Amino acid sequence: MNIVVSIKQTFDTEAKIVLDNSGQINTNGVNLIINPYDEFAIEEGIRLKEKFGGEVTVVSLGGSEAQAALRTALAMGADKAVLVSDPALKGVDEWTAAEVLAKAISSLSYDLVIAGRIAIDDGSSQVAVRLAEKLGLPSVSSALKLDINGNQATVTREIDGGTELLEVSLPAVITAQKGLNEPRYPSVAGIMKAKKKELKTLGLSDLGLNAGDLAPKMIVKAYSLPAPRQGGRKVPGEAVQAAQELARLLREEAKVL
Amino acid sequence: MAKGIWIFIEQREGAIRKVSLELLSQGRKLADQTGEPLVAVVPGQGIEGLAQELAAYGADKVIVADDSNLKEYTTGAFTSVLNQLIRQEEPQAVLLGNTAIGKDLAPRLAHRLGVGLASDATGMEYDEQSFLRFKRPVYAGKAFVEVATDVRPVLATIRPNTFPVAEPDSSRQAEVVKANVAIDPADLRAILKEVTIAASKRPELTEANIIVSGGRGMKGPENYGILEELADVIGAAVGASRAAVDAGWREPKFQVGQTGKTVSPTLYIACGISGAIQHLAGMGSSKFIVAINKDPEANIFNVADYGIVGDLFEVVPLLTQEFKKMVG
Repeated sequence: MNIVVSIKQTFDTEAKIVLDNSGQINTNGVNLIINPYDEFAIEEGIRLKEKFGGEVTVVSLGGSEAQAALRTALAMGADKAVLVSDPALKGVDEWTAAEVLAKAISSLSYDLVIAGRIAIDDGSSQVAVRLAEKLGLPSVSSALKLDINGNQATVTREIDGGTELLEVSLPAVITAQKGLNEPRYPSVAGIMKAKKKELKTLGLSDLGLNAGDLAPKMIVKAYSLPAPRQGGRKVPGEAVQAAQELARLLREEAKVL
Repeated sequence: MAKGIWIFIEQREGAIRKVSLELLSQGRKLADQTGEPLVAVVPGQGIEGLAQELAAYGADKVIVADDSNLKEYTTGAFTSVLNQLIRQEEPQAVLLGNTAIGKDLAPRLAHRLGVGLASDATGMEYDEQSFLRFKRPVYAGKAFVEVATDVRPVLATIRPNTFPVAEPDSSRQAEVVKANVAIDPADLRAILKEVTIAASKRPELTEANIIVSGGRGMKGPENYGILEELADVIGAAVGASRAAVDAGWREPKFQVGQTGKTVSPTLYIACGISGAIQHLAGMGSSKFIVAINKDPEANIFNVADYGIVGDLFEVVPLLTQEFKKMVG
């Protein structure tokens, strides 16, 4: 069973966000990680390979720095990696990203495509589902449990207030929600092996794509930072008085109760 | 010419979700401002009776797509129907709630239509140049981005609790149109076998007006009972920090933060939560924040409107008593 895992390199969750002089997100000095939801996708792919055989190929779109994320995935146990990187792809929207990734994935052999349900940087949770549409595949979002039987996948997915159980024939696209599994850490042996694994970098021309056909559908107009909260007020007194006073403040001042 | 602002109406067994009413209410304002008709689109089965309610909340026209394949949500069937309707009628904008359904349906539909989508928007404004301009959080609210497009229709999913629900006007009338539903069999490849709705009387985290959340300071899963008691007195949802989820005390679906749910309730009560950046990102847009923590230096106090430095195991039950007196 061959599995493609689509991943993204993102800022660390502890990163502070600042804007540069031109009003863009400042990437300088920020620690980069694999998008945490994509780690669940990688782990699931590796577990399926361990069970059924086959290969896991990790695919990403990004700058050359994203090689580090792909190497980490290889160290976890993925077999091959493809980085789509092209100067023309700076600041792409979700439509463009999905079009490009779909092209890169369509030349691979796969029974299943897995991705995180959301990337914690742009938070849009669009690309994996758009990718499914472009590849002409059914998709199941926010998987909490995935069982494969022949060419049939049984998926439990999170919905608001509960879960759904779906059956879908492969190939299909599945997005991973926290709870699907516990991602492994790369072992020292895994890190050593990863250095020798294939990591291909492809540009738009390698994929037979033309930047002119990939203009984004959604245009970024401006970034801004939230107004800092005015916190810090403490309700004084021992527990009994403090609880009384807090309840009063919430009712009379904040008017939320 | 493209016409109308469309609101995708989410319903379960004939009950319209609150976020859909929020969108109708705000959509009405936009429609009055732009002169566009406001159209409610409601897929389901046996749902014709909803039209009057949708009219009361502001719809000029209600498109009912009634079919047995639309009884429960599936990505394929809903995409198939909406794609056809949108291509026939060519609206300017299609707005959905940023719910489990909205998040799954909107990107699929956007790609089939070849258009842009603003996800999880927390702001929406009329703009002469691009019709609608959306503001949405990135990095879980550590920053915001404004996006717009000339491509029609523009799609957006709007975060629940962003806009208030207007008072319904039962004298309003809407044109009701029954849609011809033809679902492409290729869109019925993922088969829904079972829906399990958790038997909880508490609201969904992302839609809750009040959230009581517990972190590492809860010391163990057995202690969440005191938060649940507090929550049930004031009709709140119960959340958790990443530390509590990673320790296995609470299920991941209750996690608030950058790697969990991003929430914006009216009141967020953080108990035994230190206030890591990734947690603050997920709840920083709450209207009021209360922090209860025994460490006076905890970062959470820097963002809290009201803080109590003290032992949560003492303070929380006392607070529950106070709230009980209030709500009587």
